[in-house]
Amino acid sequence: MIAYLIRRLLLFIPMAMGMVVVTFGLLLIIPGDPASVLLGQEASPEAIERLRDSLGLNDPWYVRLWDYFASLLSGDLGTSIFQNQPVATIILGRLGATIELAIAALVIATVLGLAMGVVSAMRQGSIIDTITMIFAQLGVSMPVYWLSLLLMLAFAVQLGWLPAIGRGMPLPEAFWAAITGRPQALIESLSHLLLPALALSATPAAIISRLTRTSMLEMLREDFVRTAYAKGLRRPRVIIRHVLRNALLPVLSVIGLRFGMLLGGAVLTESIFAWPGLGQLTITAISQRDLPLIQGIVLTFALIFALVNLLVDLLYAAVDPRVRLG
Amino acid sequence: MMTTPATMLADKKPVLAVEDLEIRIRGEHGSFSVVADMSLAVAAGETLCIVGESGCGKSMTALALLRLLPEAAEIAGGRVEINGRDVLKLGAHEVEDLRGEEIAMIFQEPLTALNPVMTIGLQIAEAVRQHRKVSASAAMAQAVETLKLVQMPDPERRARQYPHELSGGMRQRAMIALALACDPKIIVADEPTTALDVTIQAQILGLIADLQKRLGSAQILITHDLGVVAEVADRVIVMYAGRKVEEASVYDLFDHPIHPYTKGLMGAIPRGRASERLADIPGTVPPMWDLPKGCAFAPRCPGASARCLEERPLFEEKRPGHFAACWEHDDV
Repeated sequence: MIAYLIRRLLLFIPMAMGMVVVTFGLLLIIPGDPASVLLGQEASPEAIERLRDSLGLNDPWYVRLWDYFASLLSGDLGTSIFQNQPVATIILGRLGATIELAIAALVIATVLGLAMGVVSAMRQGSIIDTITMIFAQLGVSMPVYWLSLLLMLAFAVQLGWLPAIGRGMPLPEAFWAAITGRPQALIESLSHLLLPALALSATPAAIISRLTRTSMLEMLREDFVRTAYAKGLRRPRVIIRHVLRNALLPVLSVIGLRFGMLLGGAVLTESIFAWPGLGQLTITAISQRDLPLIQGIVLTFALIFALVNLLVDLLYAAVDPRVRLG
Repeated sequence: MMTTPATMLADKKPVLAVEDLEIRIRGEHGSFSVVADMSLAVAAGETLCIVGESGCGKSMTALALLRLLPEAAEIAGGRVEINGRDVLKLGAHEVEDLRGEEIAMIFQEPLTALNPVMTIGLQIAEAVRQHRKVSASAAMAQAVETLKLVQMPDPERRARQYPHELSGGMRQRAMIALALACDPKIIVADEPTTALDVTIQAQILGLIADLQKRLGSAQILITHDLGVVAEVADRVIVMYAGRKVEEASVYDLFDHPIHPYTKGLMGAIPRGRASERLADIPGTVPPMWDLPKGCAFAPRCPGASARCLEERPLFEEKRPGHFAACWEHDDV
């Protein structure tokens, strides 16, 4: 297990370097000149040229890549062209909100998806199964921005139960406030979080429920399940200890993958619900051609994605002894 | 109380008795029976072998004894008595209490029959804890003891390992330990050596025979291999197309096989002579949903008469203690 851990951690280094190169390369090929955007349409070509020089945009790509690498190693992601602040500072200021939203959505998706998947597998062919799978089909096919608007319309505008936009206090602080005697802060934070998290969780919940169902049905036919019954075990124990435990293995890796996709979905959800996270920042940065900021955000997303996958792989190895050998 | 079949030795009381068991399958060909008129009895200390080709209903019979039939199959009639209780009439929890404790099963393919993500020790201990009120550590100690009993090398270490970390032979030893964990009175072994290398097969068979002598359990061993039968059986049932075609003590069966199918099977045992050509039985087993009207074996039988094609032969005592279902056999 330790050897596996070290091997996986070492693999992370070339992977991270690859991500930096790809991120950098993507920005080389996207159209648009930050200098001309920054100076506006009236700017003279000479002024634009001067700005390009000072921003380092006229250097050959390998020089810029090298500079980028060198500054990354010292923790410097560059400076935002428009906000005139270090990119790292801007991203760190927004990261918490996005992670909070993504984790909330993932928790909802996992709980909902697993419950739906297990129930429909155990009652295969019943009405519950059919209803669950219709919900799953809806969840997969509904675009996240459409569902976001629907939820907002229903629960915020029509019913007025939940706030439509914005964010309360960051959750960890809100928890602390609740402990120190101000439960309002926590309720406020959660009520803001609920709608965007729900919208964001629909697709992963649907995918997790379908996968759980398929995986359970497959495991129910396995020989070792018959062995478990032959030992005299009661049905609930057979289902939980033998069927579910094995059925969760493929689900686990999908949950990890989904976390990455949640970050993508967060870009849309955050804009709709005015959630002050990285997704919103991404859209601003792209519309402003703020290259260092875009680079920083994309790199952050990629790193989070890779980290989560690393975590899932380690979890997988902890749950499935067969993986540790490979 | 059920009548003792004539093949049972008169002084022994059967631990397990099956009478007129019928198993049906619902499938694309409608509902048809895969096992019919199946009766058998085993006493403590006795080994009964059920022999036949794959698909003849022997595994179905075995699973029915524990009420572990797959969903598509159902028991359509008959009785299965364990120590005088009719298993088919018990409630779900009563059957669960029986499994592992009174009657245990050794499965064919130990790699798929063991849970891949649980250690061997835990899988055995789980069975112990299901039937005995003991602590987790006591159950684990019991698991290690049982692994010792099946001569698992280095049992403490093996108990902490996962199925994929063991060799095929060790996995089957673990499977046997799992079956023996609660000291069951009846052991059903379904082709326990089929998935193993030939050299390991002999070891495992020896182990099973040895354990049965020491523990005095009643044993049903299902196999397609007459070599295995000769080695371990006291009595033998030969099945063809879901029915018994012959039943006798192992000596009678090998000395005077009656049914042409049994004779055919014996012709197909290699005897290790280089020049020898193995005899085979021409034709194939008919599909269970489309059996011939008369004797199911008649289309493949060298000595079949007009009567064999028309009328199903009765399963009768042809010699004392030796039963067969064949019209054309002349009593000696």
